[in-house]
Amino acid sequence: MAAALGRTVPVLVGVSVVVFLIVHAIPGDPAVIAAGLEASPETVERIRHDLGLDRPLPEQFVTFIARAAQGELGTSIRTGSPVAQEIAARLPFTVRLAFWSILVAAVVGVLAGTVSAVRHNRAIDHAVMSITLLAVSTPSYWVALMLMLVFSVWLGLLPAIGGGTPAHYVLPVATLGLQSAGQVARMTRAALLDVLGEDYLRTARAKGVSEVRVIARHALGNVLVPLSAILGLRFGGLLAGTVLVESVFAIPGVGRMMVDAVIARDFPMIQGGVLVVATMYVAVNAVTDAIAPVLDPRLRA
Amino acid sequence: MRREARTRFLANRAAVAGAVLLAAVATAAVFAPWLAPHDPLAIDLANNFQGSTWAHPLGTDHLGRDTLSRLLYGARVSLLLAGLSVGSALVLGVATGLAAAWHRGWVDAAFVRVVDVLLAFPDMLLAIAMVAMLGPGNVSTVVAVSVLALPNFARVTRASALAAVSREYVLASRAAGASTTWMLVRHVLPMCLSPIVAQATAMLGTAILLASGLSFLGLGVQPPAAEWGAMLSRGRDLIRTAPIGAFAPGMAITLVALSFSLAGDGLRDALDPKN
Repeated sequence: MAAALGRTVPVLVGVSVVVFLIVHAIPGDPAVIAAGLEASPETVERIRHDLGLDRPLPEQFVTFIARAAQGELGTSIRTGSPVAQEIAARLPFTVRLAFWSILVAAVVGVLAGTVSAVRHNRAIDHAVMSITLLAVSTPSYWVALMLMLVFSVWLGLLPAIGGGTPAHYVLPVATLGLQSAGQVARMTRAALLDVLGEDYLRTARAKGVSEVRVIARHALGNVLVPLSAILGLRFGGLLAGTVLVESVFAIPGVGRMMVDAVIARDFPMIQGGVLVVATMYVAVNAVTDAIAPVLDPRLRA
Repeated sequence: MRREARTRFLANRAAVAGAVLLAAVATAAVFAPWLAPHDPLAIDLANNFQGSTWAHPLGTDHLGRDTLSRLLYGARVSLLLAGLSVGSALVLGVATGLAAAWHRGWVDAAFVRVVDVLLAFPDMLLAIAMVAMLGPGNVSTVVAVSVLALPNFARVTRASALAAVSREYVLASRAAGASTTWMLVRHVLPMCLSPIVAQATAMLGTAILLASGLSFLGLGVQPPAAEWGAMLSRGRDLIRTAPIGAFAPGMAITLVALSFSLAGDGLRDALDPKN
């Protein structure tokens, strides 16, 4: 637990430095961008002072961290509303999408990976492996468009755009869930193949335990640690990766908010979005690190 | 050694298929001006959102531009952006990886910390943050993709170089008074080459996916340039009117990304049979 924290804290500091530097790396004067091009020099100076941009860089950084820690992420240049409030309104859409996708990925991935490992080097194994390879090479936004073409335009079964009802989430979750399922399946297969020849499984079979029970009770336990690690990584990746699918289905999530902010050069909004998503990503991975000993007694030593 | 590796690569049917397809796409990209039936930028509003016709085999987009011609010219953009970003990531990543392995101590510790921070960002988030700093466009796309790819090259190089620097022939060369640069380039780098080459090939596929994703979002290649991801940014309108125009660019991205990863896997297995 302490070790996980020891790794996490420096990473979080690094993340906040990068996020802080976004403003200062933007070409041009952030105060002028914030004030608008036709603002008078006095207005620009006032905004520079209000945003604290006239203070020394280290002082600005400390202020930035202290405020962020209190949930104070500044004000959007474009809409004038607090960034934290905007993110709080958008985050549920993204988290909902990422959560259901990861659930689909876990169920489909573990099933496919298990079948693949049990039928190692048979036709079904090759088929599953080919599909997983294809899944990581396919752009998610294109899969989303093709699913929309079939299920919304041709068959008229599901709504094409929006995020209001559960039906709106079927296609986005299918897109992202099946894509992540590919990685989960590969990992499950590799972890199972490692243990399938082990003596303790032979013993179990020799005792007359059914094959399904051998796999489910004895072999799959070995998959839990790598499974939680990859699900954590994918969940974090999805918090940002949903942006492409959010765009296709017009879901008002955090990703789309950040893209719009980048185009409008609304840097407090960009900083807030990047900081929140990166922190969640680091937190999820710290949790999967911390629960590894719970899932595998061998790691408790 | 080299001939053995070639034999092993040629025996891998999937890898060969990938390499052949990539050669075909590269040829199409080079000869795009001669192969394309239309000007990729020519607007013809009277004939927009067309399906497959004799004049436009893959239909037209919202401005009536020919999809097949844009696809061919788009291959140039996609391959060039991927090549530039992976190339620069390779040079910088290999240099930092070698430096970390050679100096150890605080240089190596700093290296590990920076890589940890870079990996603490989900890919798409870091890409968006980079574009936020530099503004949307081609240069930002190359920078964003290479920053994402860099830690991979640095880690692979560092791992192989750490094993190589303590070899006896390297120590001998050092004792004989060779300069650090000479030793790294002449004796250490060749030991790291196989994993770097395999990594670079596979990374080109990832680069194509990332760059086209950014362009799809409007953060990468800017209109009116033809780029595969950007061609899909009006995809929702296309699937209602001329689905073939939304199908083709995505298929092109998938095939190229898949070919790079098959060829990369093939190279890895051929160059390093131990794995």
